Amino acid sequence: MNANQFELVIIGAGPAGMSAASTAAKQGLKVLLIDEQKRPGGQIYRNISSPVLKDKQILGRDYYYGEKLLTAFEGAGVTYLSGATVWEVTADNVLYVSVNGESQRFEFNKLLIATGAQERPAPFPGWTLPGVMTCGAAQILLKTSGLTPPGPVVVAGSGPLLLLIACQLIRAGIKIEAILDTTPAKNYRSALPEFLGALKGWRFLLKGVRMLAELRKAGIRQLSGVSGLSANQDESGTLSTVTYFHKGRQQTISCSSLLVHQGVIPSTQLTRSLGLAHVWDEVQKCWKPELNKRGQSSHPDILVAGDSAGIGGALAAELQGKLAVFEVVRQLNASAAGNNAIEQEKAIRELQQQLVIRPFLDRLYSPADEFLLPPDETIVCRCEEVTAGEIRSLANQGCSGPNQTKAFCRAGMGPCQGRQCGTSVSALLADELQATPGQVGYYNIRPPIKPLTLGELAAIGNTDSNS
Amino acid sequence: MPTDSRFSRLPVSEKGLVSICIEGQTVTALEGESVAAAVLQAGVRPTRTTPVTDTGRAPYCMMGVCFDCLMEIDGKPNTQACMTEVRDGMVVKIQLGARQVSGGDL
Repeated sequence: MNANQFELVIIGAGPAGMSAASTAAKQGLKVLLIDEQKRPGGQIYRNISSPVLKDKQILGRDYYYGEKLLTAFEGAGVTYLSGATVWEVTADNVLYVSVNGESQRFEFNKLLIATGAQERPAPFPGWTLPGVMTCGAAQILLKTSGLTPPGPVVVAGSGPLLLLIACQLIRAGIKIEAILDTTPAKNYRSALPEFLGALKGWRFLLKGVRMLAELRKAGIRQLSGVSGLSANQDESGTLSTVTYFHKGRQQTISCSSLLVHQGVIPSTQLTRSLGLAHVWDEVQKCWKPELNKRGQSSHPDILVAGDSAGIGGALAAELQGKLAVFEVVRQLNASAAGNNAIEQEKAIRELQQQLVIRPFLDRLYSPADEFLLPPDETIVCRCEEVTAGEIRSLANQGCSGPNQTKAFCRAGMGPCQGRQCGTSVSALLADELQATPGQVGYYNIRPPIKPLTLGELAAIGNTDSNS
Repeated sequence: MPTDSRFSRLPVSEKGLVSICIEGQTVTALEGESVAAAVLQAGVRPTRTTPVTDTGRAPYCMMGVCFDCLMEIDGKPNTQACMTEVRDGMVVKIQLGARQVSGGDL
């Protein structure tokens, strides 16, 4: 096996990827872990190898738990390529990576995709204004730089991450003017039948209760049932106020930073570009790769684990990464697989325990319709500045899917390659055409899945001749 | 009324410092942090204008997904500021509209 050939290549150094890499090394596999960031951790444990904040209370224990995963990973002796962007994986088990402006080529027997999640793109009027950023972005700034947003700060949206970032900012001494909770009242009814099941995941529920108590204790103004969210600009084109409806009345508050969040969805750019089969998850309102119970995709040599396989959270991702490696071992050498039976069963039990809360959470924090089907004037494609109204109008002119609207209005054709508009365009078309997102489909994603220069492309020849 | 757009730095553990130039303004950044973070701390916003309507934008996702933090970094246009680490002596400029085809590094 030459230097550029690996039994297992893992993409993504978050909880799933790090845990998979450590497990695979223990199993004696020749492993390569590729990650886009300069340091391991993914988003949840971002920068865990060199934490920035002096006060560990701010980010809390769940963040520093990542050190355990990191230690195991660093001790595993895995080949690790950081700051590396995968821009193509071909069907014949070859992948291309861009590192420091040059492309490299690797071969694999098995590929594990652990590219995690991204925050759900949730368009609303004014979401493109400077001053509006996601709660996840604000958290990344805390983790990597110890930076906090300029006040007045308003937090708006729905979901556990929203409560967490609000608590973290408060611990950092930041004043939050208001939390505008957009969770629709109907969600409490639809989540209720799942509550008994969720009690089995009481540790998670307790965390939620503690966060709410922390916010109350801090005296933060929390408004529930908020709708009609819109961010407004001053004459310089920057965020100045946020407007919303609460209890039937329209209100406006002045703010310099608006942090928004509507949950997270699997990051499917890579799995899409590989032509793997995907399904629409009606409960989580997102696409995910179609997988069997063992994490196997529609390609015989490609597995997916962690949040990129469907949202389950960091601890579930860690277990899924481990389980995916046991499956890889089984596929590569069936006779060795039996050795892992006990550990595998334990991981499966723990995973079930981690996921027991999901049916309740998914229903409770299902985004309000206004963020899935925004008003006509709202930009849905941030890159090409295409509005929801334009997508609706194209649907009514006969466009039946996102690849058609893309050709007519360029939505999805900008540098983000549909990462920010894909789910919205599918949802808008489905709504207009009285179909499901599953029926109208998604963009055809083609490599390179991140923009690269011609110079990077040209450099492949050099690596090829080296191998 | 909101006036100051600068992000503030909490007490941080011992880190190396680098000096970078953002739109002619010299700022100190933490070794290992992203250009986007340094730019937000400097209070520069917008950080780019869009090619379609020339509208101001600023970093939105900070994780390489949205491409709204595209800036000109060391002469290279359309570079994701959130995915680029600061380096001493770096020169960062606001990306105005689309890049020019005549750029050195195609």
